[in-house]
Amino acid sequence: MFNKILIANRGEIACRVIKTAKKMGITTVAIYSEADKNALHVEMADEAIHIGPPPANQSYIVIEKVMAAIKESGAQAVHPGYGFLSENSKFAEALAAEGVAFVGPPVGAIEKMGDKITSKKIAQDANVSTVPGYMGLIEDADDAVKISNQVGYPVMIKASAGGGGKGMRIAWNDEEAREGFQSSKNEAANSFGDDRIFIEKFITQPRHIEIQVLCDSHGNGIYLGERECSIQRRQQKVVEEAPSPFLDEATRKAMGEQAVALAQAVGYASAGTVEFIVDGAKNFYFLEMNTRLQVEHPVTELITGVDLVEQMIRVANGEKLSITQDDVTLTGWAIENRLYAEDPYRGFLPSIGRLTRYRPPAETAAYTPGVAAGDAGDVVVRNDTGVFEGGEISMYYDPMIAKLCTWAPTREKAIEAMRVALDSFEVEGIGHNLPFLSAVMDHPIFIKGEMTTAFIEEQYPDGFAGVDLPEADLRRIAAASAAMNRVAEIRRARVSGRLDNHERKVGDTWNVTLQDTSFDMTIAADKVGSTVTFEDGTAMRVSGNWTPGDQLANMSVDDAPLVMKVGKVSGGFRIRSRGADLTVHVRTPRQAELARKMPIKVAPDTSKLLLCPMPGLIVKVDVEEGQEVQEGQALCTVEAMKMENILRAERKGVVSKINAAAGDSLAVDDVIMEFE
Amino acid sequence: MAQDTRHSGAQKGHAMKDILQELSERRGAARLGGGQKRLDSQLAKGKLSARERIELLLDEESFEEYDMFVTHRCTDFGMENQKPAGDGVVTGWGTINGRMVYVYSQDFTVLGGSVSATHAKKICKIMDMAMQNGAPVIGMNDSGGARIQEGVDSLGGYGEIFQRNIMASGVVPQISMIMGPCAGGAVYSPAMTDFIFMVKDTSYMFVTGPDVVKTVTNEQVTAEELGGASTHTKKSSVADAAFENDVEAIAEVRRLIDFLPLSNRQKPPVRPFFDDVARVETSLDTLVPDNPNQPYDMKELITKIADEGDFYEIQADFAGNILTGFIRLEGQTVGVVANQPLVLAGVLDIDSSRKAARFVRFCDAFEIPILSLVDVPGFLPGTTQEYRGVIKHGAKLLFAYGEATVPKVTLITRKAYGGAYVVMASKHLQADVNYAWPTAEIAVMGAKGATEIIHRADMADADKIAQHEADYNERFANPFVAAERGFVDEVIQPRSTRKRISRAFAALRSKKQTMPWKKHNNIPL
Repeated sequence: MFNKILIANRGEIACRVIKTAKKMGITTVAIYSEADKNALHVEMADEAIHIGPPPANQSYIVIEKVMAAIKESGAQAVHPGYGFLSENSKFAEALAAEGVAFVGPPVGAIEKMGDKITSKKIAQDANVSTVPGYMGLIEDADDAVKISNQVGYPVMIKASAGGGGKGMRIAWNDEEAREGFQSSKNEAANSFGDDRIFIEKFITQPRHIEIQVLCDSHGNGIYLGERECSIQRRQQKVVEEAPSPFLDEATRKAMGEQAVALAQAVGYASAGTVEFIVDGAKNFYFLEMNTRLQVEHPVTELITGVDLVEQMIRVANGEKLSITQDDVTLTGWAIENRLYAEDPYRGFLPSIGRLTRYRPPAETAAYTPGVAAGDAGDVVVRNDTGVFEGGEISMYYDPMIAKLCTWAPTREKAIEAMRVALDSFEVEGIGHNLPFLSAVMDHPIFIKGEMTTAFIEEQYPDGFAGVDLPEADLRRIAAASAAMNRVAEIRRARVSGRLDNHERKVGDTWNVTLQDTSFDMTIAADKVGSTVTFEDGTAMRVSGNWTPGDQLANMSVDDAPLVMKVGKVSGGFRIRSRGADLTVHVRTPRQAELARKMPIKVAPDTSKLLLCPMPGLIVKVDVEEGQEVQEGQALCTVEAMKMENILRAERKGVVSKINAAAGDSLAVDDVIMEFE
Repeated sequence: MAQDTRHSGAQKGHAMKDILQELSERRGAARLGGGQKRLDSQLAKGKLSARERIELLLDEESFEEYDMFVTHRCTDFGMENQKPAGDGVVTGWGTINGRMVYVYSQDFTVLGGSVSATHAKKICKIMDMAMQNGAPVIGMNDSGGARIQEGVDSLGGYGEIFQRNIMASGVVPQISMIMGPCAGGAVYSPAMTDFIFMVKDTSYMFVTGPDVVKTVTNEQVTAEELGGASTHTKKSSVADAAFENDVEAIAEVRRLIDFLPLSNRQKPPVRPFFDDVARVETSLDTLVPDNPNQPYDMKELITKIADEGDFYEIQADFAGNILTGFIRLEGQTVGVVANQPLVLAGVLDIDSSRKAARFVRFCDAFEIPILSLVDVPGFLPGTTQEYRGVIKHGAKLLFAYGEATVPKVTLITRKAYGGAYVVMASKHLQADVNYAWPTAEIAVMGAKGATEIIHRADMADADKIAQHEADYNERFANPFVAAERGFVDEVIQPRSTRKRISRAFAALRSKKQTMPWKKHNNIPL
């Protein structure tokens, strides 16, 4: 086995690889850019080598710099992670030239699968199902009908030069094919000045399902089941699971065997992923092969108990696979949610900054890569992360900061475990998609397992505006808040300097308002918890060990867990749970009565001007007149006292006029730009 | 005889019932203030009544009212026919979380809450009691101003209140809530109290109103622009905070009272706390960025030091380059003054010096220990500052720190340059414990400026200057030169800041320091 391995990557995947390498007793070497000198992967590795400035194209993907680091460290093998140089055949060649093992497939396999047309051709030759279609030019409508019949309805008629839906028609029969051909052709001619048309199979209710394969250099290959990755936003996967709730054993086997056949056709030797698109009738078609470790590999590890990184390293070391296809069993269900530093309330704009708080849910203590999940008990929580509290999320790299996975014997339980894990995940300082992930976990289509690749687009057409909780959930939160508030009130009444014998008595009747809903309730506390009785007579049993200042409340309401992030609000709490962000007021009945008399204020019409908040020098203007800006988007940078301050849009709008340019010196309240 | 006695007893019983009935009726009438119609109009403006406000401010059933039946004695302009009980102000005492406070609440529904001689006398009465018995005074202001019909009697009333504000200053905490109009001479009572809180959209304060302003200066301005909550919290700094409505404002004053001692004869309150004194915050190790010109949020440090992350900020909307407010350490109140690198690099200027100086003096007057968190590049240069007297304003903060005898603990996180280093509770101003993080740079000025002065001769040679700058940085961009001289008692790990600071204050709990006798000092006002 290798003595020393270099990980040519950063972030969570570098940390992930280091964990397994350490388990195998291999010394690890990290590489890092200027922006990553305090990063977690640097901290975790045995050695670390600085390879250049922050931008990846000046550090992580510069082959010469990585090669120099390999030489310096004396590493015998390199794991490329995903992204960066992982599918770069030149890098693999450079390693081969130096006699350093590449923990990945042979150069030839990378090259063959790296080209879409070549890979489709190879797939067809290996009898792998591909999307049927006709690439040649289509003469006329009759020709179009003929080809459509060959391909099989429904078909997609597309303009060669097309884009943005223009020149695109779906046909379900001969008549539609004829009409579609003509209108596509006209539209293409008008829009693109190029009326060439082609036809391919239209995939209805498409799902993205991929097969994990593992091959050695001795001609052995196996598949490790599938991953369902249909929940995507703009080609970016958000939620994955294994197995897929959609596949049956026969389809799984057929897909798996085809995937292995394809891998073996290119002499593959490592872990790889064959991506398929699957339609509503379980027809599957090859899309492409990723010749690397996939981001979402943990869900496969959780249901198979195979440590894919370990297998990759062993294969790279020339070992034979120690597992056969018969050894592979899929146990239970695993779900992965990707935590992105993207603000869902601001059009998923990337968010950078300091992680003032970062507390992932507790991982299942026994979890180590490669240990079969089922052995660890009923539920497994795994969090692959590359960041830490106090760390900085920079603008230079991928905004994915963690992959939270849960495993349980059933899909239902794995989802429930994920809901609790998401509620327990504390991230402050940057915008992130935790509320959105919570919303997806509670979405009926996801719960039923009926998602397609269009899920996010169809279910959140106007973006994500937060979650409105149903009354049942509000009641649970209200009851828990009342119990928590009682603890806080009793503590307040225990301040020193009280007038003896005239102490404040904390009452039992309270009013809780949240999400425009008001509940009157009575609370009776005993040694182990409280009973909260609502006006209508229904009662809830609340317990938990929350004390004032705790930012996470692990409560139990009627024996079901309720995990809430707790913040401070005048006269109550800010509660975040299940994707909702609530202002919860807990008041005495009289306070509530008077509070109801207070005028409801409409949010003030925020000025349509961006004023200079301090005397300073405009260093940079990031937007142009007429540009639409999202809430939170950087508008310009003002330097004052040698500090650069980024001014951001307070809300969505269109820039109508810019009054200042870089280099201008402004006074306080000077108008920098105006909005429509 | 016996029968007579019985008879007379029976008669007495009957009379008592009548008397109780009358008391009840009189109380009922007094409680109605200016009547339902005016109460409705008060509510329509978004304002609670004087009594509702008291009800919210004090613990349930704890209000003891005085002078409910006081009436004015004016007989001019038909006033003899208008004698509402209580005369437009509700006064008394009660408790906030069991601790005693005196309170007055002006009733705008009764003669516009205008101040008559008797109205003023009621306020003076509870102020006298507060000083004597050692409890804070909370005034809820909602008054049209002087009772014009009374003339000089009303003015005299104001004067009596002012004098008591002055007497009570530094004896008991005085808190003013502006919950309606507060104009003319009336503004000077709140002005002399310790804290002023306003309610957004329903309160305003000014010496002369928009009409007079228009007549005298031709300036067109609305009452809101001239003296609304936004004006006074952001521009004038007259007010310490503004809240959305009466309910929120009152809730936040209750919260503030929990931090304050009842008088200068008592220690600040201690409250049970649910936090680990030795809580380690590893994230503080990376709070100060590598780049010395990059800002960071000092509030993060404050909340990570404080018990339960609770920080009660004073003047949050004014002079953001310095932060002031209260936290608790081990349940005990501590006043925090912190440079804020996020705003103007945390520079000291006129506004921030004034803001911090007043806060430091409040803490010292009421035995509240002071924690200073320092990252200050110096004083703000420029004609605006010099013409407006930054010298004297800056001296206020210096003076306030130097005269404060309460426990003083200082932590330098990054820059402590020049005169500003001395001002910010340095060892030289008798701070008790001075800590520094390893990232601290204590120097006369930044390396660049220093190099340009010391090595003026080499200015033409960029390489040499760069070398000199590096040398200066090497020598002074650290806390160790100061530590070698004992100006810094200890260089501490950022992650253990909470524990170290808590222990420093714990060691200072019995601190006694006396200053030379004087009638009073002469702070550069």
